[in-house]
Amino acid sequence: MFSILRTLWNILLHSFRPRVTIQYPDEKPYLAPRYRGRIILSRDPDGGERCVACYLCAVACPVDCISLQATEDEHGRRYPDFFRINFSRCIFCGYCEEACPTYAIQLTPDFEICEYDRQNLVYEKEDLLISGPGKYPDYSFWRVAGVQIGGKAKGESEREDAPADVRNLLP
Amino acid sequence: MNEAIIHVITVLGVLFVVLNIAAGLIWVERRLLALWQDRYGPNRVGPFGLLQVAADTVKLFFKEDWIPPFADKAVFVLAPAIVMLTALMSFTMIPVAPGIQISDLNIGLLFVLGMSSLGVYSVVLGGWASDNKYALLGGLRAAAQMLSYEVFMGLSLMGVVLLAGSFRLSAIVDAQRHMWFVVPQFLGFVLFMIAGVAETRRLPFDIPEAESELVAGFHSEYSGMKFGMFFVGEYVGVVLISVLITVLFFGGWLGPGLVPIAWFLIKVFAFIGLFILLRASLPRPRFDQLMSWGWKLMLPLALCNLVVTGAIVMATRR
Repeated sequence: MFSILRTLWNILLHSFRPRVTIQYPDEKPYLAPRYRGRIILSRDPDGGERCVACYLCAVACPVDCISLQATEDEHGRRYPDFFRINFSRCIFCGYCEEACPTYAIQLTPDFEICEYDRQNLVYEKEDLLISGPGKYPDYSFWRVAGVQIGGKAKGESEREDAPADVRNLLP
Repeated sequence: MNEAIIHVITVLGVLFVVLNIAAGLIWVERRLLALWQDRYGPNRVGPFGLLQVAADTVKLFFKEDWIPPFADKAVFVLAPAIVMLTALMSFTMIPVAPGIQISDLNIGLLFVLGMSSLGVYSVVLGGWASDNKYALLGGLRAAAQMLSYEVFMGLSLMGVVLLAGSFRLSAIVDAQRHMWFVVPQFLGFVLFMIAGVAETRRLPFDIPEAESELVAGFHSEYSGMKFGMFFVGEYVGVVLISVLITVLFFGGWLGPGLVPIAWFLIKVFAFIGLFILLRASLPRPRFDQLMSWGWKLMLPLALCNLVVTGAIVMATRR
């Protein structure tokens, strides 16, 4: 009996509490920097595409929403001929971002991608590519001193940095 | 002639106000529930979402008004009309303010109790005519609930009648000029309040509807404006019980300063708010608990209240 009255009183006190609702279209919610929303393809600091068309994202994708076709330019460098993400299938799990060896594919805190037409949810490469480097501003896959191959030591090939001194803490 | 016109105006006025308050309560309830659950509720249609009621009504009118092929058609159509009819009939007896009363029968209180009891027919018939298991169970529960709560609902008011010495509702209000009946009849007030919540089938006593158990209970098969009638009928019931509490226990239109009708409305709306607060805070009891409280606790309490009040009135009247 007493507990019923106490419940009533407690609920009545809720009249003076702030409301938790965020009135969305008028008031935007806070999204964490790592929020997993719309997927983008980023570029190097030099402006080139980061994607090397390795298909790892397409393999990692649990719902098979990524499809791409690799091709090579005149230097023998791989890049995607087309790169297509079907956002009506995407579950925004972020596995593609984790699989990507070059930080090319990234998820952004933007969830406002509603469309009236399902077809419009299929994003092509032009829609996905952004002009900047995304979350890793200084990273460039091609500049990183790579692997030793036959007839060439680390850091000797064109457009490659000298190998990092792993014993030095300085950047 | 002149008197007849005034009478017609009163009837139409009461009808208009009651129906509008009942419809507006849909908005009030949703906003208040939202307030107590730290939400906003409907606030986008019109100022403060006030036009939500209009939008909902338009929506209900354009919904398909479907009668299931297996239903008992005549009864199915009749049932939602009964709930509105009986609830509105009760309002003919209510003294809103001195002079604003459609009919002042000398058995006004009995008439109101009778009419509100007849309201259960709509629920039972609706549940029966739907020919649906859930609807039938809802109707069954409604019948049992009404039976157990109607008994002490009437008895809890007899104390008031003894003190006022009349069944006439305006006389009962006048008898509270010196002291509201809630003071000497506090037990009666509590009992009547509980019975009133059960009578209107509102949470925590919404066992006939019990959406977590019975889909929507007795109105599972109803759609369109027939469902709307049940819906608004429930709110008319809420207004009716609030009005009755005001008239019988809280001195009706009596109060200092303001015009009588303002006092009346303030009190009524306070009790409507209490109804919604009850809905916001209390869980639904089990069906057998409800029945056993009704028969084993409330009824003896109401009888004790009646006997003690009667004894005191007998002793002091001489």
